Amino acid sequence: MDEAVWDVGYLFASVLFILGLKKLGHPRTAPTGNLYGAMGMLVAVIVTIAQMDFGATDTFIIIGAGLGLGGVIGYIMAVRVQMTGMPEMVALFNGFGGAASALVAASEVFRLIDNGEWSDLGWLELRVAWIAIGLSALVGWVTLTGSLLAMMKLKGGVEIFGTWYRTPTWGPEWLNYVKGLILITIVGLLYMTIEEPGNQNYVIAIIGLSCILGIFFVLPIGGADMPVVVSLLNSLSGIAAAFTGFIIGNNVLIIAGSMVGAAGLILTNIMCKAMNRQLIDVLFKSFGGSDKEQVTRTKIGSDPEEVAMICDGISKCVIIPGYGMAVSQCQHQVREFADILEANGCEVKYGIHPVAGRMPGHMNVLLAEASVPYEKLIEMDDINSEMSECDVALVVGANDTVNPAARSGEGPLAGMPIINADKARVVVMVKRSLSVGYAGVDNDLFYEDKTMMLFGDGKKMMTELVSSMKEL
Amino acid sequence: MELITLIGAITVFILAIFLGFELITKVPATLHTPLMSGANAISGITVVGALILLKDSTSIPFMSPELLAFSALVLATINVVGGFAVTNRMLNMIAGKRRGK
Repeated sequence: MDEAVWDVGYLFASVLFILGLKKLGHPRTAPTGNLYGAMGMLVAVIVTIAQMDFGATDTFIIIGAGLGLGGVIGYIMAVRVQMTGMPEMVALFNGFGGAASALVAASEVFRLIDNGEWSDLGWLELRVAWIAIGLSALVGWVTLTGSLLAMMKLKGGVEIFGTWYRTPTWGPEWLNYVKGLILITIVGLLYMTIEEPGNQNYVIAIIGLSCILGIFFVLPIGGADMPVVVSLLNSLSGIAAAFTGFIIGNNVLIIAGSMVGAAGLILTNIMCKAMNRQLIDVLFKSFGGSDKEQVTRTKIGSDPEEVAMICDGISKCVIIPGYGMAVSQCQHQVREFADILEANGCEVKYGIHPVAGRMPGHMNVLLAEASVPYEKLIEMDDINSEMSECDVALVVGANDTVNPAARSGEGPLAGMPIINADKARVVVMVKRSLSVGYAGVDNDLFYEDKTMMLFGDGKKMMTELVSSMKEL
Repeated sequence: MELITLIGAITVFILAIFLGFELITKVPATLHTPLMSGANAISGITVVGALILLKDSTSIPFMSPELLAFSALVLATINVVGGFAVTNRMLNMIAGKRRGK
């Protein structure tokens, strides 16, 4: 039988990937889409293994061990991770994917160099192989180190020998030139590898520089921009897989890889738009912009007892969670607070801003973990029409997403859609200080008479608020 | 690699990029993270590349190309299995509880 027949299997897998990706973008079909993707992967793996020589037991032991080991580790990691740690997990898996592509490239190039096979390759073949290997290595290693750093940033820091180190966010403007220089050097090295294909030092240099580039790429980016970077790295890991497809001459890798690469780029763009940011700014301007407003006004903080008294006997409350709730992990306390209100006959809803938290959908996941029913999570546009009937808007660790300055049409926030917390009769804000949010704009909402500020860590303040509510 | 194979591969590459651009249009914010995670699991397709490189290997010597390919196989499988499993968990929490709408 002609070996090309097997490609039909790969075609089938590719179709499953396309349908899967399509379905993942719609709420109702998303679980099916994920299943299609997994099925496509299974088909691709089975087709690949079925083509092998069934007599070689050792090969099958090696392959079985690799698949088994990876499968068990992956499954355990996926099942054991807390819902709150989800963004980090996505970043980590993404890094692994990029590293795998890069390792395949490295394995192939070192094999060709070790056994001298490269000298048998034709003019075109050699160039295609070496360019693909170089690009796959570049993109793959950048994805690995970039994703690992992104993961540490999402976590907030790393623990080394019991000491907690905060992940730094640092990036003066000249770092962009350094990045450009490294990229040019890598392209130069790529040219050198073609000139001197048998010299593996060039390949090692490409790998090393790509790792450094990945770190420099993510280092200046912080805070709310992290999801955008993880999405972009996801796109890169797809591209790396596509280049790997060129190396081994396999269409399913090229199709799945480039499709994920393109789709990832679109998703990155959608995420940028939701935050009212430009991708270029995210990538090349350091965290939070340069011109943060100085906060000169002051506001006297309230205490939980006062807030509890205000909340007594109200009929409608909207809770608006943000980044701060994720950081302080106070979703369970928020839920408790809502339970008490509901027990007193108050209607409680949650207003979810599309970019609240560290990742889109992060708030949904956090609140789902605290078993808040899904029906109570209301998307921004729907909750805004109800805000004027709302007695108390409880803003937990959000700032820019409720800043009325966004409506004014000026400044960095201009045009960003916000939740109209200021339409509520009373606004309660749980926040550590009056400091500006990610966009670096002061928030007028803090200083309004109807606003009560609860200064402190989200978890601590919510716990105190809950106990004051119980004492009433 | 023959020229025709290369051009075929480049054709597939370019068309798949356009396909990817068209595939994702409007995605509700709640699905951004699962979509990213699901797409990421698909990019673990490089597992096929690792398998192909290992198809004639009978041993894995230290510091050899085979060891690199084997590590690639393990990492790619983690990416695939973990990626789909984690996406599934997320969707069960987010989209699974959704009724109507």
